[in-house]
Amino acid sequence: MDILSVFDNLLYGLGVALTPANLIIAVAGLILGTAIGVLPGLGGTNGVALLLPLTFSLTPTAAIILLASVYWGSLFGGAITSILFNIPGEPWSVATTFDGHPLAQQGKPGIALTAAFTSSFIGAFVSIILFTFFAPPLAEWALKFGPPENFAVLMLAFATFTGLGGGDPAKTIFMTLLGLLLSTVGFDIVSGQPRMHFGFVALQSGVNFIVIAIGLFGLGEIFLTVEEGLRLKGIAGRIGFRDLWETWKMFPRYWATIVRGTILGFWIGVLPGTGATPASFMSYGLAKQFSKNSERFGKGEVEGVVAPETAAHAAGIGALLPMITLGIPGSPTAAVMLAGFFIWGLNPGALLFQTQREFVWGLIGSMYIANVIGVIIVLTMVPLFAAINRIPFGVLAPLIVILSSIGAFAVNNQPLDLWIMLGSGVAGYIFRKLKYPLAPLVVALVLGEMTEQALRQSLIMGQGSPAIFITRPIALVFMAASAFLFLLPAIRSYRRRGPGVPHQATAELEG
Amino acid sequence: MVRWPLLRVALSVSLTVLLVVIAVPVSSGPAFTPRRPIEWTIPAGTGGGADQQARFMAPVIAKHNLSPQPFIPVNRPAGAGAQAFLWMIDKSGDPHTILITLDNLFATPQAQVIRRRDGGRFSWRDLTPIARLLLDNFVLWVHADSPWKTLAEFERAAKAAPRGSVKMAGTGSKQEDEIIMVLLEQAWGVDFNYIPFAGGGAVAAALVGKQVEFTVNNPLEAVGHWEGGRVRPLAIFAPERVQFAQWKDIPTMKELGLNIEYQMLRGVFGTADMPREAVAFYVDLFRKLMDTEEMADFIQRGAFTKAFLTGPEFVRWLEAKDASVRGLMQKGGLVAP
Repeated sequence: MDILSVFDNLLYGLGVALTPANLIIAVAGLILGTAIGVLPGLGGTNGVALLLPLTFSLTPTAAIILLASVYWGSLFGGAITSILFNIPGEPWSVATTFDGHPLAQQGKPGIALTAAFTSSFIGAFVSIILFTFFAPPLAEWALKFGPPENFAVLMLAFATFTGLGGGDPAKTIFMTLLGLLLSTVGFDIVSGQPRMHFGFVALQSGVNFIVIAIGLFGLGEIFLTVEEGLRLKGIAGRIGFRDLWETWKMFPRYWATIVRGTILGFWIGVLPGTGATPASFMSYGLAKQFSKNSERFGKGEVEGVVAPETAAHAAGIGALLPMITLGIPGSPTAAVMLAGFFIWGLNPGALLFQTQREFVWGLIGSMYIANVIGVIIVLTMVPLFAAINRIPFGVLAPLIVILSSIGAFAVNNQPLDLWIMLGSGVAGYIFRKLKYPLAPLVVALVLGEMTEQALRQSLIMGQGSPAIFITRPIALVFMAASAFLFLLPAIRSYRRRGPGVPHQATAELEG
Repeated sequence: MVRWPLLRVALSVSLTVLLVVIAVPVSSGPAFTPRRPIEWTIPAGTGGGADQQARFMAPVIAKHNLSPQPFIPVNRPAGAGAQAFLWMIDKSGDPHTILITLDNLFATPQAQVIRRRDGGRFSWRDLTPIARLLLDNFVLWVHADSPWKTLAEFERAAKAAPRGSVKMAGTGSKQEDEIIMVLLEQAWGVDFNYIPFAGGGAVAAALVGKQVEFTVNNPLEAVGHWEGGRVRPLAIFAPERVQFAQWKDIPTMKELGLNIEYQMLRGVFGTADMPREAVAFYVDLFRKLMDTEEMADFIQRGAFTKAFLTGPEFVRWLEAKDASVRGLMQKGGLVAP
């Protein structure tokens, strides 16, 4: 495809997306999606699935624009409750709570929200441009990623978190292992047997990490606040559009994080079967490793909001690439959209690009339009959202508990999840009192299942031999990169202290 | 004589009453009409075949005014369907909850022991059969770049290759894909390497990306890749050829001398002890649904076999299907210990 025809198609697509009917559909989808994103538990995947039957009477182009706009809306909306209440609205906004919520507590919710929305937008917009010009060749490359390559990428993800815990390494290791243990609950896809469900059929679908995250972060936070004494006043904070300008002034400083987050997020999104969630964690982990302010991460660092949000939204765009070019889902949400293709009378696959010009380029055109409209909608709402922060805790706390409960229930429609949420709330409180880091647990839980599956698939492919990870060139490169990242903290402290001075930390790592 | 008309009236009234009294138990009683939305339980995750079909049929039902209340699809994917099956027992007698099925209705209770709340072992007999709608087909696919143009060529290659070096991707474990693979293994005396993936889309992607040598994807999951020239069908596991468009050129396994056939049930079940009137309502509804233009189109594009069946014949078919899946799984060593 030459550049000129791309421009030609793009203009055509923008024309399709800008017809009044499609524009109204996009705006409706965005508002709905933002609301879905705000409700924890009712994720973009569920939201799209719920809307699917409603798209039956629309044209395929209008239908995909509606579903995609809901998806973009939910990508924006997920950050709101993460920042204000420490409750992740979506799986990919868990990492946004790490620094977003401390910022809100310091009376700067407007800055955190503006940073989240703006970086989401930048990540998305750059990704859409990459999508427009390089979709077919990128999809071809993504196809080369089988289970061994996926496992190597996931190892890289774990490697980026080595610095995530901070404090006591033993506590970080403990929390990581606990997360991995929880991720094994459910159904063993290789043997086809349920495991560690203790007789609860509901546990056979596994411990849902968003339920755990709502408990650990949201409820745990409320318990701590109650213990510190019931503050009847809300957090005073400046509200207004000045936050927008102040935040944007800081953005040039974070260019490296933004570029890294966008490329990483887009790429992880394009790979089949990973999606926005691991991308957001990896981007956060890398930003912390390479930032000059790395010790301020977790305490309200704007860069810690920028990193995961850029990557999550970039990955959301990337996930639609294999869907459009090859008919292969790049994320769970894309899988539901693919089910829609058939409902609309389309066969997903490589021919779509050639035979369904209006559908494909209408979607691409609407990505540009919807993300611009989306960011304007959410940015104008910043003062309103920030005002929620002023509501006295006594009024807000019951509302948060209700919101959390609805969210935890909505994930799988099962009452058991409410008890799991409550249990993790108590656990979250205790862990914080004992200064155990929560992030490694959540990260291990969300990546554990994918990692185990990729590892076991790879070993089956290699007939039991782990050599498959080094004989396949792409896997080898990623394995080497992750080994380097794992050792980076040790290398750094060795260089800082000088080679002549032996000390405990390096000795521990080498021993 | 003056009294005659009165007597006549009295007589006719009492006769009418008598008739009504006699007639009520004979007719099926007050017909059932849904009073609230119908929950359509899907024993699998979002994006899979059963999910896709329920979400396709629900709006078609609404469009043709077949039901005064909407059908709301709800996924209960835990335990390869176990969660959904037990839910249908929990909802015992509820006329507003139905289930769309795939073959995990037969395979999952064999692969693992599912206990009801009363301790008994679950089987499909605990639910109320409503109708068989479609039979889903399976096709043996290889990559378009592979040297195998026919099943015979693929068979020769499979027999010549070292044990376990020919890889197949399939959905889940101890479900229909693996059952079909075991049938092939036994027919040819070979050993394939089965790699389980989470869904049909991922399975097709593994073949397109040349991670594996073959799959037995449903037509729907692979048709886009076929049209795109990336995969090649070698044979279909149906009793006879599918007579639509490009599908009619795919030979059946039987034609090629292999006595293997497998089709998957796409049917509808009611809750345990669902009232008869409700069952009659759904049977009627799905019969009308299957005759719509939308369904005809759906059947053609997905290369399904149209197979509407209800009542005692459906139950007899279910018994035979259950016995066949159990037999195949026992032969392949896939049943729970």
